[in-house]
Amino acid sequence: MTTDRGGDVRLSGISKTYGMFTAVHPLDLTVPEGSFFALLGASGCGKTTTLRMIAGLEEPTTGSVLLGERDVTGLPPYKRPVNTVFQSYALFPHLDVFENVAFGLRRRGVKSVRGQVGDMLDLVELGDFARRKPHQLSGGQQQRVAVARALINHPQVLLLDEPLGALDLKLRRQMQLELKRIQTEVGITFVHVTHDQEEAMTMADQVAVMNGGRVEQLGAPTDLYETPRTTFVANFLGTSNLVPARFDGRSGDDLLLRAGDAPLTLPTARNGAAATTGPVLLGIRPEKVSLVPATDAASVPDGRNRLTGSVRATSFIGVSTQYVIDSPVCAGFEVYVQNVERDTRLVPGADVVLHWNPAHSFGLDATQDIDAGSASVEEDAAA
Amino acid sequence: MTTTLTKPPGAAPAAPPPPRPRKPRGRFTPYWLLLPGILWLLVFFALPMVYQASTSVQTGSLEDGFQVTWHFATYWEALAEYWPQFLRSVLYAGAATVLCLALGYPLAYLIAFRAGRWRGVVLILVIAPFFTSFLIRTLAWKTILSDGGPVVSVLNSLHVLDVTSWLGLTQGDRLLATPLAVICGLTYNFLPFMILPLYTSLERIDGRLHAAAGDLYANPFTTFRKVTFPLSMPGVVSGTLLTFIPASGDYVNADLLGSTDTRMIGNVIQTQFLRILDYPTAAALSFILMAAILFIVTFYIRKSGTEDLV
Repeated sequence: MTTDRGGDVRLSGISKTYGMFTAVHPLDLTVPEGSFFALLGASGCGKTTTLRMIAGLEEPTTGSVLLGERDVTGLPPYKRPVNTVFQSYALFPHLDVFENVAFGLRRRGVKSVRGQVGDMLDLVELGDFARRKPHQLSGGQQQRVAVARALINHPQVLLLDEPLGALDLKLRRQMQLELKRIQTEVGITFVHVTHDQEEAMTMADQVAVMNGGRVEQLGAPTDLYETPRTTFVANFLGTSNLVPARFDGRSGDDLLLRAGDAPLTLPTARNGAAATTGPVLLGIRPEKVSLVPATDAASVPDGRNRLTGSVRATSFIGVSTQYVIDSPVCAGFEVYVQNVERDTRLVPGADVVLHWNPAHSFGLDATQDIDAGSASVEEDAAA
Repeated sequence: MTTTLTKPPGAAPAAPPPPRPRKPRGRFTPYWLLLPGILWLLVFFALPMVYQASTSVQTGSLEDGFQVTWHFATYWEALAEYWPQFLRSVLYAGAATVLCLALGYPLAYLIAFRAGRWRGVVLILVIAPFFTSFLIRTLAWKTILSDGGPVVSVLNSLHVLDVTSWLGLTQGDRLLATPLAVICGLTYNFLPFMILPLYTSLERIDGRLHAAAGDLYANPFTTFRKVTFPLSMPGVVSGTLLTFIPASGDYVNADLLGSTDTRMIGNVIQTQFLRILDYPTAAALSFILMAAILFIVTFYIRKSGTEDLV
């Protein structure tokens, strides 16, 4: 709204080491003012440490934290115009909801807090609960108190440390929308730490995917999903099929590849690998791939990337059917087909042809671990 | 995952078996479990209390025997004669409790939040004095505070004794046989009873609350005042009670470290019972002490408003 909102959050060369262990490698990051920014990664990737360094709860080993033009690196947390919604909410158990929310205002010597607290409780729809103690509230209500308690101070930046982790799935979806609504309403910069890629993609304008103390890729959710730059991002955000291939020349704006005997095409602009010779990983998202029985191979239009294989397993999940295809060049190739017209010939054991628009392919550096990021996805799914 | 149990087709819709009438099995178990404790309290608490109460309204002498004559005047006489000792007991115990809190709180705080891997060691050090007898420890203090001892000479050279003397806590160059010595003895002997409950309630405080308070613009001191201290109130209340109650009835410290001018109510009761053999007065004094403590404690708990925290 006004200019004293302070501008962007800038981390420059910030790092954190504990003894021999490096939690965060030197990191440069700019969070644009008023954006909803997500730090996404598996546990132990340094995302929470990064957040705590912005909050001042952790002192960076090197580098500095800037809010707008102001360097706050040396400031203790209580002097920073930043507030946090903690993972466990950390509500004060001896104070009621009203006093919890009023805590920050009172510390800054605001005299009449009644009106402001009332408005804030209305914003999070807890007006009737002002005199309850935190232990008398449900998880979702406690979470909203934690948000209200932080937001009432009009921080330059609101930090959210896995705030939805303790909620069940349905409530989590609801709170995601709620938080997004609040953020749009108040226009404050939100920095959200999460390990849930779906949560990051639904809520954030910008996502930084972190792995092993480094930012793997930064961008809008659609960019990250459509054009991952590393195998970790490709596997951690959704599912990717990665086909090992070799560069085999070029034709116009396209790079020609060969996976086994199969010729494949990759637009030069979508090649994430540094080289244009030697081995490469060709990626394609499962929902972009079409599937026909091998007997109908002639019906596949020209100019499509195609691979052959046989169906290993199918699973029907309502809106779509998921097929696992074993191809000579890529075992366990996944394909999601919308349930519009189901082909009854696509049963386990059937020979099939996979094909997709080359423009949807992406190229990744083949020196990386092809499975990076996928183990943590399974871990989350199992949890 | 929803699991639907479907009946095999054709099976007759069998009526559900009638619910077995539940035997009120185990209904009396809690009472059986309570029995030993209740018996114990009955024999060793309730009966002596009744016996004491009856003693307190008896008259007579050891030679002629005591008779219950409902002589309530004993209470007024005892109070009239020994009110200074009552007052002294409350003051000494109160002073010792305040000192215990002042010494114990920082230590408990340190153990709970800063001791790290030394926590166990420090806790053992706190409890270690209990491995020797209460009496021996108090006698040791007698040596420590003795007239020619190092404590007295150091305090003397620092002119501390002049100040305490002026306050009426010591007399001249002496420390032993003064009110200060008794208060110090009480403080020392009951300090662990203050530290342990304080430690327990401080240790239970979620460290993330400190981070949250800091995040919400509270500096470390305000965080302590508004978050840590209120949350440790249960420990403060139980610690002060565990110190104050036994300290106000104590007679060993006043006996060994004090003089005739520092006699507390415990000393009076002891003398009445064991030397003068005036059982009714001793019993009446005990009841008055009990009533006084109950009154003070009730008032204190009400005032500290910790009913829903304890």
